[in-house]
Amino acid sequence: MAVVNEVELPGIGVRYEFVTEGGARVGVVHHRTGERELVLYERGDPDTSHDLLRLGPEDSRTLAELLGVSQVAKELVELQRQVEGLAVDRLPLPATSPYAGKTVGATAARTRTGVSIVAVLRDDAAFPAPGPEFGIEAGDVLVVVGTPRGIEELVVLLRAG
Amino acid sequence: MPDALFLVELGGVTLLLAVLSRIAVRFGFSPIPLYLFAGLAFGEGGVAPLVTAEGFIEAGAEIGLILLLFTLGLEYSARELVDALRASTTAGALDALLNATPGLALGLIMGWDLVPAILLAGITYISSSGVIARTMDDLGWMGNRETPIVLAILVVEDLVMAGYLPFVTVLLVGGGVGRVVIAVLIAVVVVGAVLAAGAWFGPALSRLVFSHSDEAMLFGILGVLLLTAGLTEALNVSAAVGAFLAGIAFSGPAAERARSLLVPLRAVFAGVFFIFFGFRIDPGSLPDAAVPALLLAAVGGGTKFLTGWVAARRGGIGRRGRIRAGAALIARGEFSIVIAGIGVTVGVEPELGPLAAAYVLLLAIAGPIAARFADRVRPARATATV
Repeated sequence: MAVVNEVELPGIGVRYEFVTEGGARVGVVHHRTGERELVLYERGDPDTSHDLLRLGPEDSRTLAELLGVSQVAKELVELQRQVEGLAVDRLPLPATSPYAGKTVGATAARTRTGVSIVAVLRDDAAFPAPGPEFGIEAGDVLVVVGTPRGIEELVVLLRAG
Repeated sequence: MPDALFLVELGGVTLLLAVLSRIAVRFGFSPIPLYLFAGLAFGEGGVAPLVTAEGFIEAGAEIGLILLLFTLGLEYSARELVDALRASTTAGALDALLNATPGLALGLIMGWDLVPAILLAGITYISSSGVIARTMDDLGWMGNRETPIVLAILVVEDLVMAGYLPFVTVLLVGGGVGRVVIAVLIAVVVVGAVLAAGAWFGPALSRLVFSHSDEAMLFGILGVLLLTAGLTEALNVSAAVGAFLAGIAFSGPAAERARSLLVPLRAVFAGVFFIFFGFRIDPGSLPDAAVPALLLAAVGGGTKFLTGWVAARRGGIGRRGRIRAGAALIARGEFSIVIAGIGVTVGVEPELGPLAAAYVLLLAIAGPIAARFADRVRPARATATV
């Protein structure tokens, strides 16, 4: 990841800036209201900036999804096509699950079923590649990759422990 | 007992506020000058002076002042204040020196006493953080390199006000040197106490007031706020300062929610506050104030521009950024009216109110126009397009 420069805007919010691989300087203004602004600086003249986009909280999520997270899903579909017998599934964590309020590591999903938890979807947010310390809650949706049989075992495991 | 006339007058004023803010939104400038105009037209010596609603509007104006300063305080956390102060001491000092001097000098030249001249110095010094933040956001300047410098100057100014307002309140109370010194000490202790209480108990207080019910939360905030304002006023520190400090003391999720709950309430009462200020000024006195106000506005616009230019240059910003920083700072608004309002209430100098009103009218309009103009300044040399 490129070095992200953080600039405080008192009373407004924070601005983050970075230089893309292509050499363009990009800024993202986080307003406290939840609004986001995407700014592009002109090359050779840092005092000229173009206010490219203004995004509401919902828009920012959509854009983030389009830029990053849904790529995970796309790559998974791609992977599924390449590796025969590989299944991808979304498993909701039931409220009665003994793992609600525990961590990804506590399920020992990979050791016990060979299935990997590759992402956690919570409300509208997605957390790709959660580590073993990542806390999971009732209502979370786990994106899992494994054999169809392994996933079936995991479903039972999540329900009954 | 509210009678029919009272409701009709109040309704008329509210409807007028609605029309004016609609016009301001439509043309993209601050509604403050329009509210002042409306106050002039319907107050003392205006075209249609109000009779029955005046008392209610006066109380509303007081609440408007408190909400205005409280929400201003909410904008900043204590950490932001300290950071801005540390980073912008020199620019802040230059700002104070360049922009308070014209007011002080003109007041003394016109033969005023020292106290009203000090009030005028405050009026010419303080930029309108409300108008400026809005203008810069409208113009899409939040990504600009000079923007943090401009915002930091505004923060320092607002912080200076936390000391200045109790100071002038004390001066207005008057009395011998001994009494003034004691009153200043009280003011310093109160300001220190509220800030310290905010730092130590702010999070606890914020948690206490926080509620998931809008209603419970709103009453909680208003209760704490009005009590703080009343207590500070009782100690001669001015309710405005108490409210501002209370705003800084609030933090975290409580501050976020307080902001969103209070914004509509503030819009209503702040509008009343500006109208009420206009009420108390006889439009007949404006022509006399026009010449000094024009002079003061020309000088005050120039010195603010210089302040922004120099501060931006010190920050290593190029020519266009310096022009934008200078132009952005020109606008005066709510705080100048707050200071003038204190003077008018005490009745120190009859010329102060009209002069302040005319000055703010000119610069609240000229500031955003200057900023829009600065945005169109072409780069010195052609640059590659992105």
